[in-house]
Amino acid sequence: MGDAAARNAAPMLRVRDLKTHLFLKRGVLKAVDGVTFDLASGETLGLIGESGSGKTMTGLSLLGLPPQPAGRIVGGSVALDGRELVGLDETVLAAEIRGRRIAMISQDPMTSLNPVFTVGDQVAAPIRAHGLAGDGDRTAIDLAVDELHHVRVPAARERARDYPHQFSGGMRQRVVAAMAIACRPRLLIADEPTSALDVTIQVQLMDLIERIQADTGAGLLFITHDLGVAARVCHRIAVMYAGRIVELADAPTLYASPRHPYTQGLLASVPRLGKRGKRLASIPGNPPNPLSLPDGCAFHPRCPHATQQCRRRAPPMRTVAGGDQVACWHSG
Amino acid sequence: MTLLQVQAAACHFRTKGGVVKAVDGVTLVIDKGETFALVGESGCGKSTLAKLILRLLPLAGGRITFDGEDIGKLAGRRAKRYRARVQAVFQDPYSSLNPRLKVKTILAEPLLAHGVSRRAAAARSDRVLALVGLPASAAGLYPHEFSGGQRQRIAIARALVLEPELVVLDEPISALDVSIRAQILNLLQDLQTDLGLTYLLIAHDLALVEHAADRVAVMYLGQLVETGPCAPLFAAPRHPYTQALLAAVPRPDPGAPRAVAQVRGEVASALSPPLGCRFHPRCPSCMDVCRQRAPEFVAVASDHRASCHLLD
Repeated sequence: MGDAAARNAAPMLRVRDLKTHLFLKRGVLKAVDGVTFDLASGETLGLIGESGSGKTMTGLSLLGLPPQPAGRIVGGSVALDGRELVGLDETVLAAEIRGRRIAMISQDPMTSLNPVFTVGDQVAAPIRAHGLAGDGDRTAIDLAVDELHHVRVPAARERARDYPHQFSGGMRQRVVAAMAIACRPRLLIADEPTSALDVTIQVQLMDLIERIQADTGAGLLFITHDLGVAARVCHRIAVMYAGRIVELADAPTLYASPRHPYTQGLLASVPRLGKRGKRLASIPGNPPNPLSLPDGCAFHPRCPHATQQCRRRAPPMRTVAGGDQVACWHSG
Repeated sequence: MTLLQVQAAACHFRTKGGVVKAVDGVTLVIDKGETFALVGESGCGKSTLAKLILRLLPLAGGRITFDGEDIGKLAGRRAKRYRARVQAVFQDPYSSLNPRLKVKTILAEPLLAHGVSRRAAAARSDRVLALVGLPASAAGLYPHEFSGGQRQRIAIARALVLEPELVVLDEPISALDVSIRAQILNLLQDLQTDLGLTYLLIAHDLALVEHAADRVAVMYLGQLVETGPCAPLFAAPRHPYTQALLAAVPRPDPGAPRAVAQVRGEVASALSPPLGCRFHPRCPSCMDVCRQRAPEFVAVASDHRASCHLLD
């Protein structure tokens, strides 16, 4: 993790006011509605929120892959090492960015691997596609075996000839990670990479993700709904609600003294080991319908501190002590 | 007072690859009014055990008695009566509710099947809706008109409409949004207090289990490895697998002990479970005897038992 000064000087990834909307028959769904953050190389930023909060859509937008045909990036900027990605031609994105500079580890390793190709072939695919094999006598498959070894798949050379169904869930997720880092991307997006796994396997995979990040120096955008996993993995955390970031802070600060009422509510509502029997504080109401968001602050109908101001105007993101950010009229 | 007793229960599935002993000799007792939790990782047999208790699968061996009656021998009216006394709430309220039925039909169906008149069924449905915190107007709507948390309230209402004594909760909150989970958990606890329900809670989230359960049983590859009251078991787990599970839980607190991998590798295939102790290939304290002989269950404290050679 770079220090704050280095981050401010030249963030590897600079996202400004990103807006991705889905144009549906029923109306316009503002899935990502003005998201702004920076990410340094070697840093892990957690993007946490509930289903429908826009965290996955943010990740897909960075890759230039909003869901088709309904999704479109309608505004904002994504700059990777100073290069603007929004508006780049699809062929350029495919040739120079996706899989090369930005790669993704998705939640379900069963659907992100092709069942009819060997694992070695699939890890070799991005290496071939981006022309990274070919100098010297090492083939793409050799490099793929190196990557499988890197993610600790035992007997990597032999297992490279196996098919995805011959791997367990945890091992498949390692294969997906090997594919993602094969071209040494600058930015790794991990979307709920451990959510489908059991806890004893989950913790092994978190160790692995930390290690490959340290080895490759990539920036990591870690998307999760699990507050425990985020605490374990992330340096900084952005909390999303209804398409916007409502709080962005260093992880220890966020957990110790959350500023946004939504973050406070989430942290108060999870059962914790060692704190038996106490009744949990719950957030009232339900997540909002993304097609008809409330006026003003989207959280106001569920917020214990909501006032007239919250019902009228959405709070802007403000920087508070220590460089943390919060979007709430009553915090900070 | 004992409500449900499971003795050496077994459930086997014949597959192409051989026989899977999904539940292989499980013994436990659930007392009236308590919350008994079954924990373990996917494939350990916890949901299969629940299905045995619900009579949705036949026993391959052993015995389950409910309120003193052997549920394997129930037939006719008594079997039907058992179905009313033991109900279930499943994980995913998107798949557990019939999308083509209005809520009032979903709630009335079990009552009509048990011979309650239409008028009485409607009245009871209304009462149960209020009980789970839904407005009476919900009765006229379809499941898709509700959010995930509200759907789970409907599923809970359906389980309660027959006034059961035991409710099997199979991962009742894990499919819900984080901000909704506490609501549903609190609702379940209130209902238990108000109606004197007994819960069998199946969960993989240990923090949830410690929060909500009175006693807990930890399963691994079809067998129990440790069982006891929650407080002492979580404070001082005796089986290496329970210890590893607890150590692997990521905690929402950067100051808490970091989640660590105490066990390597993955669960063995249920088609050919390891000889001796089934956990031995992954166990950090594996000894020679563990490869040869399955450990016996030993009492480590009152009502707290574990099966591990370290305790011999």
